[in-house]
Amino acid sequence: MADASTTATTEVNEYERERVPNHALKGPSSFWGMYAGEHTAGTEFMLGPLFIAWGASAVDVIVGLLLGNILAVLTWRYLTTPIATDLRMTLYYKLEKICGRKLVSLYNLANGVLFCFLAGAMVTVSATAVGVPFPGVQMPTFTDTMPTGLAWCIVVLILGAIQTVVAVRGYSFVARVGHLAAPWMFLVFVACGLSTLPKLASLEPSKIWTGVALNGQASIGFVGIVLFSWLCNAAMHLGMSDLSIFRYARKNSSGWAAAAGMFLGHYVAWICASLLFALELQQRGADASNAPGPMVFSATGWAGLICVVIAGWTTANPTIYRAGLAFQGVLPAISRNTGTIIAGTVATIAGLFPAFAMKLLDFVGIYGTVLAPVGAIIVVDHYFARRLNLTSNWAERTGSPFNVAALLAWVLPVAVFFYLYKQYNIFASYMTVPVWIACGILYIVFSKLFLRNPAPVAVAS
Amino acid sequence: MKLARLVALLALVLTLGPAILFAAGVLSDAAMKHTMLVGTLLWFIAAPRWLHGGTA
Repeated sequence: MADASTTATTEVNEYERERVPNHALKGPSSFWGMYAGEHTAGTEFMLGPLFIAWGASAVDVIVGLLLGNILAVLTWRYLTTPIATDLRMTLYYKLEKICGRKLVSLYNLANGVLFCFLAGAMVTVSATAVGVPFPGVQMPTFTDTMPTGLAWCIVVLILGAIQTVVAVRGYSFVARVGHLAAPWMFLVFVACGLSTLPKLASLEPSKIWTGVALNGQASIGFVGIVLFSWLCNAAMHLGMSDLSIFRYARKNSSGWAAAAGMFLGHYVAWICASLLFALELQQRGADASNAPGPMVFSATGWAGLICVVIAGWTTANPTIYRAGLAFQGVLPAISRNTGTIIAGTVATIAGLFPAFAMKLLDFVGIYGTVLAPVGAIIVVDHYFARRLNLTSNWAERTGSPFNVAALLAWVLPVAVFFYLYKQYNIFASYMTVPVWIACGILYIVFSKLFLRNPAPVAVAS
Repeated sequence: MKLARLVALLALVLTLGPAILFAAGVLSDAAMKHTMLVGTLLWFIAAPRWLHGGTA
């Protein structure tokens, strides 16, 4: 999973309401390093084990992840980057032009709330590492959704408070630590995987990824793994959040840089994290816990424990910071610090409940399915407005703060998704692409119905 | 700067190398963990100098 640091770096605060000028454009090397670092996050320690718990087979994981990650890279390269280099503006500015300021505020609210829960999962991951030296801290397991005890709550509250204060006061320091730690962190992930090999009872892939779901867990197969790995960052590629990054790209070929994040973080790191849990499962059977701290400590000692803390910390912090900015966007009267404190408080409370970390496969799918559809509106506006005789940048041209066609096109498919998800327990990642396509089609239909004024003219962005 | 780069690269070797040697049966579990910790400490001492405090 990617953290939100990509949108919270100082870069994003530049040219936020204008095209990126030519002198600020960057070559591909800037993007390769950024993606490699930002997709090797604390949550990778949770996702790898979940594949085993959900009964993925070796082929599902090894081939499915490969295919899904290739699809993700292709989406970044051929959908997100060309639009980013054409427009050279942030998602928020483009959305404001199409949807109006008020609708962007609604998007900000959804974004902020989801970021808080994501940050909460990262606080949970860090807490499992900080709790290792303290025997009184009961580590959460797959089935835990509520806080595991007073000691757990104290660790989470202290961690959450520290992370919130740092997000308020010293965000740039954490960003620097994150960039510094990235190469080392990736190697620790690999070391975790390698160090489990001699300890595993069998190196037969079918004994590691058994294809049998643990008791009480949902199941996932080849298609699920492909879709999950493709769409876990749907908000960034299909949802166009990474316009904010690739607007700086000199050439579209910089979009290939996403491969660094996908194949180091979402392939190697997930497989290594899977191996950690396979060992835990072989050694402890029904008592196995997927809490990253103890698993990594057992595999690689203090170096691993430091890695879990830093991975969680450096990814939770920018996420809290970004959520704070989103809340400030919704309530412009509050300061950024107040917004960050609100976000940090919500994230810390969410971190108390292991449910968000333990249900990360579900949560990440929901996150993508809720946020990605706005990207379809941008795709329609960018590629089809002229051909379909729609008004490009409708809100900007009319001066309207609210594009009702965009709201309905976004909310209706998402509402249907939530109904199906609740009613039929459909895996969220299955629904991301259908919801995205439905949003695009509905935007065309509703634009024809509701956006008749001004005369439909596609304008250059 | 050259020394910092050298030490940082050595630190990365000390982070991954022990796990490879452990997997190959050459190094004990405890030695692997201790060496990785040394690699970690060296990385965080040398990398900030090599990578300009994380802004490079």
